[in-house]
Order: sequence, then C-alpha cells, then structure tokens
Amino acid sequence: MSAPLVSAKGLGVTRGGHPVLRGVDIAIEAGEIVTIVGPNGSGKSTLLRLLIGAERASAGEVRRAPGLRIGYVPQRLAIDHTMPLTVARFLGLAGGGREEREHALQRVGIAGLGGRQMIDLSGGQLQRALLAHALLHRPQLLVLDEAAQGLDQPGVARFYRLIEELRTELGCGVLMVSHDLHVVMSASDRVICLNGHVCCEGTPTVVSAAPEYRALFGFGTEGALALYRHEHDHAHAEGAPGHHHHPADAEA
Amino acid sequence: MSPLDDFLLRAVLAGTGVALVAGPLGCFVVWRRMAYFGDATAHAALIGVTLALATELPVVAGVALAALAMALTVSLATGRTYAMDTMLGVAAHGALAAGLVALSLLPGVRVDLMGYLFGDILAVSRSDLLVIWAGGALILALLVWRWRGLLLATLSADLAAAAGIAAARERLVLTVALALLVAVALKVVGALLITAMLIVPAAAARAFAPTPEAMAVVAAGIGAVASAGGLAASFRLDSPAGPSIVVAAVVLLLLANGIAAVARRGGGRGAGRG
Repeated sequence: MSAPLVSAKGLGVTRGGHPVLRGVDIAIEAGEIVTIVGPNGSGKSTLLRLLIGAERASAGEVRRAPGLRIGYVPQRLAIDHTMPLTVARFLGLAGGGREEREHALQRVGIAGLGGRQMIDLSGGQLQRALLAHALLHRPQLLVLDEAAQGLDQPGVARFYRLIEELRTELGCGVLMVSHDLHVVMSASDRVICLNGHVCCEGTPTVVSAAPEYRALFGFGTEGALALYRHEHDHAHAEGAPGHHHHPADAEA
Repeated sequence: MSPLDDFLLRAVLAGTGVALVAGPLGCFVVWRRMAYFGDATAHAALIGVTLALATELPVVAGVALAALAMALTVSLATGRTYAMDTMLGVAAHGALAAGLVALSLLPGVRVDLMGYLFGDILAVSRSDLLVIWAGGALILALLVWRWRGLLLATLSADLAAAAGIAAARERLVLTVALALLVAVALKVVGALLITAMLIVPAAAARAFAPTPEAMAVVAAGIGAVASAGGLAASFRLDSPAGPSIVVAAVVLLLLANGIAAVARRGGGRGAGRG
C-alpha cells in the first residue's frame, strides 16, 4: 500500500485547559473517501484544520506527503463587504488559466457566474465556487468541512455525487466532515466517528452498526443506509489502516 | 533653477508619493478592519521622534522603529485580556500621550509639534522626497511580492493554510508595511491623520471596484487626486495642508458614494454594497 497522503498519530489539542482532541490516529490514502462524523463540539473541524496545517497540535504530529496539493472547502467564507471580489478573481487566487477556471466552474455546475460578486452568490452557489477554487489547486487531497451546509436535500445528494465523481476523475483522496449522515454513509469508503477521540472507524456498514455510533446518533439512519448498502458490497474487502470494529465486535 | 526648488511641486510630489502607497495598503486596512491598529501604529510615531532626537538617529528610522515595535506588541497582545478595540484604544492613545510627554521632556530641543501631529508637507525637502519615494517603492514592492498570499490570508486563514501560506506571516508583512508607511508619511499628513490617508481613499474606491486589484489602483488614484486637490485648497484658503488633503479625500468619498447610489438607482447593478 502506498504512503498515505496525510497521516497523524496521537494527535491532541487542548484549548483553555480543556482537551478538544486526544489520541487521534488518522491516515488518508489516495482515491478513498473518508468522512468524519460526530456531534457538535466533537473536534471535527479542529481535526481538519490540523491536517491542512491551519492549526498546530498540542500533542502528536501530522505528516503530509511532500509537496501535497490540498484543495480545501471551508464551512463558509465570511467575505468582508468592503472587499470586492468576483468569482473569477477568487478562482484566480488558486491558480490556473482562464480556460481552467471556466472548466472548473462548469464542472461544479455554476458555469457563467465568473463575473458575479462573491457576496452576491446564494449559499449553494458559494459552496460550489469554493469547490471550484479547491479544484483549481489540482488537489491530491480534497478536504471539505461541512461543505453541503445550507443546501436543500436534493442539492446535498447532488453535491456528494459530484464529490464522488471528482474523486474518480482526479484520483484524489477525499476527507470530509459532515452532518448529512445518511447521504454521507452512502458516499464514503470509510467513516470515522469522532467525539474528542476516535470512537469507532470502518466501512459505513460497520460503523453504523457499532454501539459507539448508535450511542451518539441513535438508529435513525439505518433505513437510509440500507438503500445504498448494495453499492458498497464490492469495495472494501482489503480494509483500511487504523483499528476497525469488525462486525462481530459490533454485534457484541 | 531646478523645478524641485519649487516648494509647491515638492509638496505635490510628496503627497502623490504617499497616496500611491497608502491607497493599496489602506485597502488591506479596510478589508481586515485594522483602522484602530493603524491608529496605534501611527500614534507611536511621536515616541519614535523623541527617540530619534535623543539618539541623533534620523527621524525616519526612529519613527519606523517605534511604529514597528508598537505594531508587533499590539498584534501579540490583542485578545488576551481585553477586547481588541479596547486594547487598541489603550495602545493608540497611550502612545500618543506618552509621545507628547516624552517630547516635552527632551532637554534643549525645540520641536514643531504641529508638524509632527498634522504634517508639514510644504516644508518637504529634497531628501524628504527621496525618503518618501524610496520608502513608498519598497512598501509597494512588498505588497506586490506578497499580493496573492496577502489576499488569501485576508479572505480566510484556513484557505491560505491549505494553499501552503501561513496567515501569520502575511499579517507580519502587513505590519511591517504599515510601520514603514507611518515613517514615510509622517512629514506629509502627520501622526494623527495617517490612518485617514489609509482608509478614506480605500473606502471611496470600494464603490467602483469589481476586484481587489481594481480597488487598490482606484484608491491610489483617489488618494493622489485628494492630495493635489487638498494642496490647491490649502494654497487658496491658507488652510493647513495635511488636514486639507484629508478633507479633500472625504469629499471624494462622499461623491463616490453619491455617484454609486445614483448608478444603482439607474438600474445598473452597482458593485457597491453596504
């Protein structure tokens, strides 16, 4: 197995004397979609920020593959109203020529909005512009922090389908944080359930059956998961690094 | 007789030099809401003047050092105990008062206090001009060199980090640029009005600019027009030059917003909002 794009061991963060994260081990490989789920305040966004280098850990260390290109889609972008910024100029900050920018806009489904001011975009359009920006970094690792927030239900489903397609097209790894449990469960290769530490981890099927996951989220997502389960029957025999709950454990 | 022997031409050149730099730098001050930070940095100038006079350092160097020390101290200390604006208010007014006291305690030195507070653009010498244009060019070069990183870090520290840009480093670049500008602009508009030259042209430019780059260029232009207009008014009305320049800039700001409002009502989608 190739070296992971990004990995961390024993990651911990303390804020104001309180541990936000402790003892987190994580590794993301090229081509896999890994989703972090967890209740509010469980340290999901903090973990992402550590992995992209926006924040320093108080314990443990993060290793990124040398020269790793990261495309990051933040939860939101608070643009000060005093800053004029067209979508095209925003994309230009990520690099790429005019044609590449237009292609990226088209790929995320907002072709023709290049001349629009960022602050005039709707929530969904802004998320797509952020995704286009991330794509222009030609990412080896795509990192999304609740990127589908503010989209309606069909919008959310379309958004995650797009992410899956991009993963296939670019061969990039995808790491995301999400609240959209049932959609995420269908679209991920691996799910990490976080609550200050890694509660459980594994394929969506395994995690959704794990008692730790059920303790946090209840049973509500099971039905939705069943709709998609067949899509994943073929994929995950080899498993992924980290400690997994085997179905047998989950039954116990 | 060289044209630079004309004090009015030197004044125009000095004002233009400062405006061309203050415009683009001022955009960042506006985008990042650093107006108070600018005040704190600029008000440290008097301490720098005292320092320079006491040690026979060039005034520009003393001011640059004091402004930089203040800016670094403030950016390290903010958010610890008090809210940001409280902290910056303390720093700005504390530095101003301390500077005034320190200047008065210097033995045997007669200083033109009004000149340091409000500028003395009509007394700009050839060597002052050299300092203004060389310093200005340095600041502009710094901004151009770091432009993309500065913009990304201003938009979002996380986006910048993901692109391999440390937001803290970009903030340091701005801090240094700001301290340099204070040193360069002291002679032209004085410690009390430097922040005005930063934020007024930038705010006026907002209404007409679709991109950050356009806003920076328009701000520089508006600043230059304001400085020429202010000087002309000062010459006619015999009013103090520095304040006249700032008044001219404010008039341009009001005009700009008026024009933008009319353009919006005319059915066009104005770039300006808020």
